[in-house]
Amino acid sequence: MRVRAQMMMVMNLDKCIGCHTCSVVCKNTWTNRKGMEYAWFNNVESKPGIGYPKEWENQDKWKGGWTRINGKLELRAGGRGRKLASIFHNPNLPTIDEYYEPYTYDYQNLVDSGYKEATPTARPVSMITEEKMDKVEWGPNWEDDLGGPFEARSKDKNFEGVDKAVYKEFENTFHMYLPRACNHCANPACVASCPSGALYKRDEDGIVLVDQEQCRGWRFCVSGCPYKKVYFNWATGKSEKCIGCYPRVESGMPPACVESCVGRIRSYGVVLYDADRIEEVAATAREEDLYEAQRDLFLDPYDPEVQRAAAEAGIKHEWIEAAQHSPVYKMAVEWRVAFPLHPEFRTLPMIWYVPPLSPVQTQIDQGTLPTEDDGVIPRSEAMRTPVKYLANLFTAGDEGAMKGALDRMIAMRSYHRALNVDGKANTAVLDKVGLTEDQARDMYRYMAIANYEDRFVVPISAREVIHEYDETYAAQGASGFDQAFPEIYVHDD
Amino acid sequence: MGDFLDRLRFFSKNGEEFAGGWGQVSDEDRAWEDTYRNRFQHDKVVRTTHGVNCTGSCSWKVFVKNGLITWEMQQTDYPRTRPDLPNHEPRGCQRGASFSWYEYSPHRIKHPLVRGRLLEMYRRERQTKDPVEAWASIVEEPEKARSYKRVRGLGGFVRSSWDEVLEVIAAANVYTTKEHGPDRVNGFSPIPAMSMLSYAAGSRYLSLIGGNCLSFYDWYCDLPPSSPQVWGEQTDVPESADWYNSTYLIVTGANLPMTRTPDAHFYAEARYKGTKVVSMAPDYAEYVKFADLWMPVKQGTDAAAFLAMGHVALKEFHLERQDPYFHDYVKRYTDMPMVVRLEEDADGTHRPGRLLRAADFDDALGEANNPEWKTIVYDQKGGGYAAPNGSIGFRWGEDGKWNLEQEAGGREIDAALSFIDGCDETVPVAFPHFAENEPEELARNVPVRTLEINGETVRVTTVFDLQASQYGVDRGIGGGNVAASYDDAEVAYTPAWAEKVTGVKKADLIRTGREFADNAAKTHGKSMVILGAAINHWYHNDMNYRAIMNLLHLCGCVGQSGGGWAHYVGQEKLRPQAGWAPIAFGLDWHRPPRHMNGTTFYYFHTDQWRYETIDPNELKVPGARDKDGGYQLADYNVVAQRLGWLPSAPHFNENPLETVRKAEAAGATTEEEVANQVVERLKSGDLRFASEDIDAPNSFPRNLFVWRSNLLGCSAKGHEYFLKHLLGTQNGVMNEADAPAGRPEEIEWHEEAPTGKLDLLVDINFRMNSTGLHSDIVLPTATWYEKNDLNTSDMHPFIHPLSEVVNPLWESRSDWDIFKALSAKFGELAADHLGTQKDLVAMPMQHDTAGEIAQPFEVRDWKKGECEPIPGKTLPHLKLVERDFANTGHKFISLGPLMEQAGNAVKGVAWETGEEIEELRHHIGTVKTEGVGKGQPSLESDVQAADALMTMAPETNGEVAHRTWSLLSKKTGRDHTHLAADRRGDKIHFRDIQAQPRKIITAHTWSGLESEEVSYTQGYTNIHELIPFRTLTGRAQFYQDHEWMRDFGEAFCAYRPAVDMQSIQRRSAGSRDNPNPGVVLNWITPHSKWGIHSTYNDNHRMLTLGRGGPIVWISEVDAEKAGISDNDWVEAANGNGATMARAVVSQRIPEGMAMMYHAQEKNVNVPGSRSTGKRGGILNSVTRVTVKPTHMIGGYAHLSYFFNYYGTVGSQRDEFVVVRRVDQVDWLEGPLTEEREKATDVPGR
Repeated sequence: MRVRAQMMMVMNLDKCIGCHTCSVVCKNTWTNRKGMEYAWFNNVESKPGIGYPKEWENQDKWKGGWTRINGKLELRAGGRGRKLASIFHNPNLPTIDEYYEPYTYDYQNLVDSGYKEATPTARPVSMITEEKMDKVEWGPNWEDDLGGPFEARSKDKNFEGVDKAVYKEFENTFHMYLPRACNHCANPACVASCPSGALYKRDEDGIVLVDQEQCRGWRFCVSGCPYKKVYFNWATGKSEKCIGCYPRVESGMPPACVESCVGRIRSYGVVLYDADRIEEVAATAREEDLYEAQRDLFLDPYDPEVQRAAAEAGIKHEWIEAAQHSPVYKMAVEWRVAFPLHPEFRTLPMIWYVPPLSPVQTQIDQGTLPTEDDGVIPRSEAMRTPVKYLANLFTAGDEGAMKGALDRMIAMRSYHRALNVDGKANTAVLDKVGLTEDQARDMYRYMAIANYEDRFVVPISAREVIHEYDETYAAQGASGFDQAFPEIYVHDD
Repeated sequence: MGDFLDRLRFFSKNGEEFAGGWGQVSDEDRAWEDTYRNRFQHDKVVRTTHGVNCTGSCSWKVFVKNGLITWEMQQTDYPRTRPDLPNHEPRGCQRGASFSWYEYSPHRIKHPLVRGRLLEMYRRERQTKDPVEAWASIVEEPEKARSYKRVRGLGGFVRSSWDEVLEVIAAANVYTTKEHGPDRVNGFSPIPAMSMLSYAAGSRYLSLIGGNCLSFYDWYCDLPPSSPQVWGEQTDVPESADWYNSTYLIVTGANLPMTRTPDAHFYAEARYKGTKVVSMAPDYAEYVKFADLWMPVKQGTDAAAFLAMGHVALKEFHLERQDPYFHDYVKRYTDMPMVVRLEEDADGTHRPGRLLRAADFDDALGEANNPEWKTIVYDQKGGGYAAPNGSIGFRWGEDGKWNLEQEAGGREIDAALSFIDGCDETVPVAFPHFAENEPEELARNVPVRTLEINGETVRVTTVFDLQASQYGVDRGIGGGNVAASYDDAEVAYTPAWAEKVTGVKKADLIRTGREFADNAAKTHGKSMVILGAAINHWYHNDMNYRAIMNLLHLCGCVGQSGGGWAHYVGQEKLRPQAGWAPIAFGLDWHRPPRHMNGTTFYYFHTDQWRYETIDPNELKVPGARDKDGGYQLADYNVVAQRLGWLPSAPHFNENPLETVRKAEAAGATTEEEVANQVVERLKSGDLRFASEDIDAPNSFPRNLFVWRSNLLGCSAKGHEYFLKHLLGTQNGVMNEADAPAGRPEEIEWHEEAPTGKLDLLVDINFRMNSTGLHSDIVLPTATWYEKNDLNTSDMHPFIHPLSEVVNPLWESRSDWDIFKALSAKFGELAADHLGTQKDLVAMPMQHDTAGEIAQPFEVRDWKKGECEPIPGKTLPHLKLVERDFANTGHKFISLGPLMEQAGNAVKGVAWETGEEIEELRHHIGTVKTEGVGKGQPSLESDVQAADALMTMAPETNGEVAHRTWSLLSKKTGRDHTHLAADRRGDKIHFRDIQAQPRKIITAHTWSGLESEEVSYTQGYTNIHELIPFRTLTGRAQFYQDHEWMRDFGEAFCAYRPAVDMQSIQRRSAGSRDNPNPGVVLNWITPHSKWGIHSTYNDNHRMLTLGRGGPIVWISEVDAEKAGISDNDWVEAANGNGATMARAVVSQRIPEGMAMMYHAQEKNVNVPGSRSTGKRGGILNSVTRVTVKPTHMIGGYAHLSYFFNYYGTVGSQRDEFVVVRRVDQVDWLEGPLTEEREKATDVPGR
């Protein structure tokens, strides 16, 4: 067993309001600069829809992530040989139009215009050509709130096995949001794809980075990532991606997208996993088993064996404690209500999602509505979002695991309704889904009350053990001067 | 752990392997990581918020690095909520997070700007004339005036200096005051709560010089008139955290994730405690995602759905069985036991009449004080009629009985809810009915008692009996139009009937109505309806709302935590209102100020009344038709002004300074004598209300300031009429000003509708929006990150600061500093031109003052000889105000002596505030300069003003809270001081809230509590402290007995379909038609995801996440009909104008509706319109405002005007447009030719 600690995120899509505050805060903090105009480390998609970049989920088209060939994991785009052969021509790269042509406006015209035949307006201007545009044709969130005809949006891969025609009708509309960022995978295809060895996964917190000094701009990470979460900076000629906000996380703060989440959907905490099992888990035979396999990869932080192994691996006591209080571990492992996005990509993503509940199907008669014992809360089989659709997103199609999670969420609701309306606990509803009262109350605490200190459990990075005392002291003193005078003030080596 | 990193196997050789060689560990140098660390590092973090009328009032931290604002993130350090309630952090949305983009954006207003033509003329005239004379020589010369007015909005700004622009503006204001009167200087700025000092800066200046402050909440149609109608309350609502206390939520017309973004989590999270959520929305709106049930209601028909749910609740919980909690509730806290007289007309039809009053009895039931304002119940304990405590007659002129004890005349009573047992007879009563293709009146049996009044036999019944009949529930008393079953689709208001109207399945309505009531019965009222603009922005908004209020009252939900109505439209809750108003309206120097209701102001001055298509007779009940002759809607408004119901601006067809001079010349010396002179002149017709000849030049509004607002790009319903008649510039109006519904009787008709009524439009702004584009002068103002101010909201109990993170950028200044400087300049120019003069202010009878009980019975018009004109009784109050105009600058910066001399007041409670003023002298210091303000507390800086405000307000000064609760206790005869006792010693100052937002103190101004036990909710003190609602009966009113309410069919809530604006039909020839096929769609303008009103709609971040400019959502079905593909350019047009946008085709939109999110304007990405030949308009280019007579009622208890409280509202959802695809867009970027300049009014050119 080789214990690794990783900062992991769970997004509760049932609470997501689709506001994009996460995206804006991230954009401001990291990418509102030349070369990165089109890049959104964090974006939010409306589903059903094809997303950003277009149809990113379709690996027949983009060849991202891993595939299992003869029981062994291979990059879908091919191994080292293929990569070297195509190093000057990467066929699987999205074009700018598949992201969008970034645009701004001729704002100055509003203030400076001389007398004109009509009121001045600020026309759109391409940030690539600097030419005026007659029409903006696409953007990073073009399908927001189901914008665009169903026919176009229903190219969404997750409709596989779902009778699409039914969901085209106004009455049968369903809708959910999917916020996305780099998954900081345990088995990252981007890292494996890089010819320059510029990408790496940080040992101490699992954050995956592109070394801006080593990157040579080959862009195999861009195509290798099945989530399309590595972006090429056209100005610097290097790839960039979500950095997991390590400058914040190192100081014990959650990433900006996480803290700014006004829907309070994001939880963030430590998980421990066995790095020695990565290949084995990622190479699980049946795609439908990948979710359970990855869930099993996480280690129980209360297990003395795990604690011993973690300590041996140099993981500080505070980190093990943080893992014990980790909200994400509870959701993913204990309550089984969170899932990895497209586990079939086999990258072992470290952002998991709680699936959304949804209103009952239009054709269900309210006179004979199937409800839980409380007589009011509808049962999961009445919901309008097809379980198959959710399963395609999060369990490689396994509907059983998905329905189990929805049922547990509803049981939590029904249990609490009985407490709050009738003044008595109804444990039968919990028994049916295998939850205890303690668990139902804990779920409520973390998902409904969701206090800051429960949503985010972020241990502070142990910078003091990275450097010897003298060096740490020197670094404290040098602060800032190491940039200008590295020969004098560089603290390490 | 350490600087190690993991690599996967490709291209990398060295290091320890793991996972069987799958990965390896390496210890390469990671020093490069400092790159992103450096990016993140910053120098300073400052707390501020955004003043943008979003209701957020969110606490933000703004990061500063190298002296530049870099970005912002939400604060998370709010004081904590109670246990078992989620906390407020983080508050702040995508829009707020993008604000930093504006700081250095290319359309930031950096310097004072003036349109070149105006400035050149002024500079030329100034070479030989003083400033006021220079201004006069421009505006008095028609050719000169036309030349700068008709290029408004067409570019041509030049840079000026602060000295110069302040002089031009002051000269214009002085000139206007002198020539036309101070009531021709106007200011529009909305929603003080979002940055109350910035609002107060302009309103203080206007109030000191006698200008008009225009209201906004009603103009925006965010005011629900139903609230004052039912509760006598402007709007009071639960804080968002209280949603979480509910166990049953119906949401309709309020898109919580989109418009209550920082609060939406309470809605999402409440479900986990077992709350059921039902959403009603015509489209699959964002809030539907969180619901257990979606009821796709046809837009605008919500009243029918809620009446059907009320039908179920009434039948199952009041009639089939009597839920004890509900029964007790409606008896104590609503007007249901009140006795109503029935009126019988010539053909024997009975209709509900007015409420019985103590004055109807020979001995007035022993009530000597205000017996005509005391309503009556039948006391089944003592047997006989009684005047219970709490009606409005007890509020004024006596103490101790204005409460909701079950008492009358000092003895305990038991009011009968119904006369069904022991009635004398059962008679059919006609109820107005408005559903299409159904009878106009429905006769339904009602049990009645008979009574002798003045020798006449009168039939009376209770509100409950009438209301139960009106719901169409079969009570077993026979008669027609009652339904035994929910499936009876022929009888309103059954669920089956409602299904026909709303499209919502009857099973959905039955189940929801039943569950809602059952939940409320079990929890004592924890059923809540969250509602908002989408159902309030209709002409008959009151019906949508009252249908909901009825259901809530039937189920005992109002005033209970977790229950009641939750109306969220606009950030109207200015919590420390009582401390703010004196500063904002200059009450420390002069009383009263001039207030004007915005809707009426714009309806008249933009001449939209001349385009009116709605015939009032079509709105009335059969028995009332033709009663007021051929009155048009505008006529009703004229009458409302002269009866003292609504304000007027300008007041009369004469400069009010001149009016006083004339009265004095005729020998008047006192206020009363001046008023008498005015009354005589009004009677003789020598002096007339300006509205009686509103198109005459001496009624023009002349000067208008717009600040903290985007009137022309956003809220201006009938945008193109503003451009045409107010500004006199290019516009897209495509119909005729020929009074299609008929010419008003009370208004002089001018064949030629005037254009260019405004001489000066000043916009104060930080960005160039549509208002700025059309203004004569644009002043650069500080953003919300560059000034100190205060912000409060309905959504949470905290008071927040805006803080100066960096100094105002470029040449910008805070609003406080701008108006301070303008006040000084005005004073300087006024010294020569105005001196000291007396001004006459005409003020309506105001709600929450003793004047509100003015006209108890029939409506009588003195002009028609039906009564005598008596100021404050049948005519507006006429008040004299002496203005020493030259001291305006001194007054602005000092807190004047009236606070110590005359005290302070709010909501009917007046108190002495000398102690606080003395405290302020020490706390914030005094004015040192010689002049009228010397020795008074200094308001020179915004922080001083903030502290003055907070010291005077009960919400931020516990001692004041204690004092005001004591005074109210005297009025009610019950002790309320315990409500603020625990915070009596608290004083909150500006620097305190910069450290952390603070929870305000419970004050009598509001009907909820700020406590550790219960969340803030509306009506809490009415129900739990027995403080009456501020209505006629003192109770929540199902019934509105005012004559106009009965005439217009709204005595009880009824379903009323949308009105027909006829805008498609009214489009005139001359406009060029687009050859593509058109589809006629209802024009729906809900609030948007990428903007707060118009702000942020031009922000690069939001434009990128949206579709990059104006868009219109249409259904896939309608798109196919009109051959429109997603992202095609389309034009929406009707007689009012046209707007250009791109189409978003979506399955979530129902057929028949075009949705253009509010408030997409024309400053970004809008090509020309083919129909109008002008820049494609804004969302309101295709709307036209209209007014509703029932909103004009005044002098009648709760139906009395107050600023932003009651009055006409600017609805816009009943409108239709034709939407067509546009194949080729024209950006209209050519230069202005002489020919085109002259053709301002020609449509299609």
